[in-house]
Amino acid sequence: MPLGLLKYGLKKAHPSKRHFNTCSDLKPSYDVVIVGGGGHGLATAYYLAKEWGITNVAVLEKSYLASGNTARNTAIVRSNYLTPEGVRFYDESVKLFQGLSNELNYNILYSERGHLTLAHTDAAIRTSRWRAEVNKHLDINSKVVYPDELEKLCPHLNLSQDTRYPIMGALYHPPGAIARHDAVAWGYAKGAFERGVELHTHTEVTGFDIQNGKIEGVKTNRGNINCGTVIQAVAGASSEVSKLAGFKLPIKSIPLQACVSEPVKPFLNIIVVSGSLHVYVSQSSRGELVMGSTSDPYPLYSTRSTLDFKEELMTHLLELFPFLGKVKILRQWAGTTDMTPDFSPVMGLTPVQNYYIDAGWGTWGFKATPVCGKRMAETIATGKVPELIKPFELERFYRFEQVGERGAASVGH
Amino acid sequence: MKLMPCPVNGLRNISEFICGGEVEEMPNPDTGSDHEWAEYLFMENNAKGIVREWWMHAPTSYWFIAERNTATEEIVATYPSTELFNQRVEFTQANTSDV
Ligand SMILES: Cc1cc2nc3c(=O)[nH]c(=O)nc-3n(C[C@H](O)[C@H](O)[C@H](O)COP(=O)(O)OP(=O)(O)OC[C@H]3O[C@@H](n4cnc5c(N)ncnc54)[C@H](O)[C@@H]3O)c2cc1C
Repeated sequence: MPLGLLKYGLKKAHPSKRHFNTCSDLKPSYDVVIVGGGGHGLATAYYLAKEWGITNVAVLEKSYLASGNTARNTAIVRSNYLTPEGVRFYDESVKLFQGLSNELNYNILYSERGHLTLAHTDAAIRTSRWRAEVNKHLDINSKVVYPDELEKLCPHLNLSQDTRYPIMGALYHPPGAIARHDAVAWGYAKGAFERGVELHTHTEVTGFDIQNGKIEGVKTNRGNINCGTVIQAVAGASSEVSKLAGFKLPIKSIPLQACVSEPVKPFLNIIVVSGSLHVYVSQSSRGELVMGSTSDPYPLYSTRSTLDFKEELMTHLLELFPFLGKVKILRQWAGTTDMTPDFSPVMGLTPVQNYYIDAGWGTWGFKATPVCGKRMAETIATGKVPELIKPFELERFYRFEQVGERGAASVGH
Repeated sequence: MKLMPCPVNGLRNISEFICGGEVEEMPNPDTGSDHEWAEYLFMENNAKGIVREWWMHAPTSYWFIAERNTATEEIVATYPSTELFNQRVEFTQANTSDV
């Protein structure tokens, strides 16, 4: 069998088909230039082509596709947020995610597991109840559960009251899911490519041509191009790119670290998050434990890992699952996240005409990939910002109308 | 653990410190517009390179200035804030009849 497989693999008769090609030359002009070839940029390209027939589009990516946070996240999808604006927005994304493998004809390995946000304090129980009520009001499946029910949902969880931070209850969100993040990006890239969108990798945007407050062109390390519209979707590099366009953002670039363990037998079929302990963990279909932590305590443009992060994460993880003491860490990494002060994104118009922004995704933007692509495409095609994403416009900061999502977004993903 | 030189307490683990954000000029509380305040409170330079920031040594509540490279994570210099702010700031009283 193994020999046969090897022979099959080495035969020239079955070349593996490429999903999409990256282009060689840049055209002198495009209707839409998308800066950033992560999930958000690629999804926007896809919906522009598919829903609005806009195909004279170039995605410019300074490295390879999805080389940023899209391929670094811990892949959690959910909609149990705290503000009605947030819940409505992420709910549309969850619904798009549920049908995405079919829509793209590409398996994104969407796996509905259920999502638990543990509460170790009275204050956390109170926030859980608040979130559950907002969720239920908007038809989202969420409820507060207590240790008796937790024991059934996650039999391996340490519910002893003799720990440093005993578990008092949790917010339970059955639609919570994980998906294969690379596949989401590749599926969108393939769909956009098949409809005529050009994907340019190793193409870094280095400046803009702005005249009378309106975008006219884009400068890159491979030459200059003219364009009608620009959308910026560069996550950790948001401030640097917006600076090239001449405006500031309410964003700090801060590393978020994650790691995976060696594969172990399946035992965890639910996503477990503890905001107080700065731990979240799920088990991948390969058996690895995918684990994350809290953000680094100061801004940094770096994707390094640190020992103190792992020490803290493991201390708390072992409190939740003491029997994991001998399991080894396989890989560790970090992504540079674009953090806003209200833990909500920045989407829509900018001070530059025809220049749109999609940023402020911090530690929570993977789950927004489909809705963001869809609604940003609509914004570009119609020139109007859809109601669903209006609360997240940059202008909100000048009106002191933040969308405070910290209680539901910091660490919980 | 990364170390930071505190101007008063010497080399300490970075976990003992809290980053207070970029050093920026505060709008005049009496005359600053809402727009200026929003800009001051929320908008960030978020520069990739050497930045000048407020830091606090938490156990001693001592605030000082650090210059730090956000691309390489190098701490270039730390010094007391009096080196930057050595003059008393007098805010002019807003003319209330304008309001
Ligand atoms: C460790 C970690 C865990 C996370 N976990 C979750 C989670 O569980 N659930 C969740 O919802 N979210 C999570 N997130 C957040 C999520 O990963 C991001 O918000 C999301 O991937 C952002 O997607 P994007 O397409 O906007 O950005 P990216 O994927 O970062 O893409 C931006 C692209 O822009 C490119 N670029 C930058 N500058 C330029 C330039 N000048 N010219 C051309 N291209 C440029 C970059 O190379 C990059 O490929 C996590 C993030 C991290 C780091």
